[in-house]
Amino acid sequence: MQNFARLFRSSLGKKYVMAVSGLILLLFVIGHLVGNLQIFAHPDVINAYAHFLQNLGPGLWAVRLILLITLVAHVWAAVELTLENKRARPETYRQDDTIQASYASRTMRISGFIVLAFLIFHLAHYTLQVVDTEYQEMYTTLADGTEVHDVHAMMVKGFQSVWISLFYLVGVGLLSWHLRHGFASMFQSIGLRNATIAQTLEKTAIGFAIIYFLGNALIPIAVLAGWVS
Amino acid sequence: MDLKLRVWRQKNRDAEGRLVEYDAKDIDPEMSFLEMLDVINERLVAAGDDPIAFDHDCREGICGACSATINGIPHGPQRATTVCQLHMRHFKDGDVLTIEPFRAKAFPVVRDLVVDRSAFDRIIEAGGFVSVRTGSAPEANTLPVPKQDADWAMDAASCIGCGACVAACKNASAMLFVAAKAGHLNTLPQGKPEKDRRVLSMVAAMDEAGFGNCTNQYECSAVCPKSISEDFIAQLNRDYLKASLKKCLMG
Repeated sequence: MQNFARLFRSSLGKKYVMAVSGLILLLFVIGHLVGNLQIFAHPDVINAYAHFLQNLGPGLWAVRLILLITLVAHVWAAVELTLENKRARPETYRQDDTIQASYASRTMRISGFIVLAFLIFHLAHYTLQVVDTEYQEMYTTLADGTEVHDVHAMMVKGFQSVWISLFYLVGVGLLSWHLRHGFASMFQSIGLRNATIAQTLEKTAIGFAIIYFLGNALIPIAVLAGWVS
Repeated sequence: MDLKLRVWRQKNRDAEGRLVEYDAKDIDPEMSFLEMLDVINERLVAAGDDPIAFDHDCREGICGACSATINGIPHGPQRATTVCQLHMRHFKDGDVLTIEPFRAKAFPVVRDLVVDRSAFDRIIEAGGFVSVRTGSAPEANTLPVPKQDADWAMDAASCIGCGACVAACKNASAMLFVAAKAGHLNTLPQGKPEKDRRVLSMVAAMDEAGFGNCTNQYECSAVCPKSISEDFIAQLNRDYLKASLKKCLMG
């Protein structure tokens, strides 16, 4: 146990926490996007899917708990590492320069912080439904007669607000920006990157970030353009 | 050529430092950067001023003594080159050069451009060695080393311990140095028996010294005068993870 504590106190231990928690969160956001893209199918599809998730019972809470612990670990490691990094160079360069560090990698703290704020709004908006309490009253009936929460209508109503859609675009934009560095970085942190795969990894990270952003952006844009109603 | 220098002047560890401007007139483009500083110092001494203190030794790019950050880049704008091997022909007439020491909490400024890099010595003391009986050298072929491993170890061993990786890192991390030293010994059969102990102690010594953490931006490899690859950092990350888990699970 003492050895585990020592590992997580070490600089590399915190990097492992960052990488592994980042990977779990990355897999979650991919799954979340795939689920959301069902909005382009018949409304019953996403409503049935949401109904299935909401009725997982203890399974739903287990997943939520794991995600919460993962998020807390990711933020904890980020704060610890950032504070240590600031302490490591008390006197900064009067003239600084960068040769090759990507802009995304140098703005991870600010993109991460804004994404966290966006996440809190997103949970209040669609999970707790306290931003617009009318969402709580939206119900519909599936083809098989089951009465379910009308997630499709809730999403359409939410994104019909230009401001909310814009905020979502900024939120997922910054999340994609954050993942552009995080995706490739986690391989290095756990020692799985080398010169042979470095270029492929970098291009995959950029490609992933673009596809992830477009996939997410499509939903509010489609609602605003009236393609989904 | 004529240049304007903005040089970091600091009397000692505790004194407040500041940038001081100097005119560097009639500089020969064939001079090395340190020779240019020698000329400036001769002029300063002739004028009764304190010369600019800077570290140097071999001036052949192999000892790792010289250290200066020029316009925000450790060892200056020329890639894979130490500041002693950087020549003035790489600058233009009229350039303004800001010359600062390598900056990190673990590298306190001793005077002007001279920093104390003994934190690196403490990391080497923690594990940068192999425990073998010395004496007469054994027959070379009794211990075969695959060519690939010998090349990989040699790439790591080319680290001269100058500290430019720390100076360039956005977080003043010493990962490239530690990774090169550990990677060199861990790859060779003579160093393998102590691999786990080595990575654990060297990383502990690195953390102890107050260096920052690697954020995988690879500025270190970009400025390294020996072009040491960040792949060694991945190797250290991997080896440290294995060694820690072994220690956690098996004691």
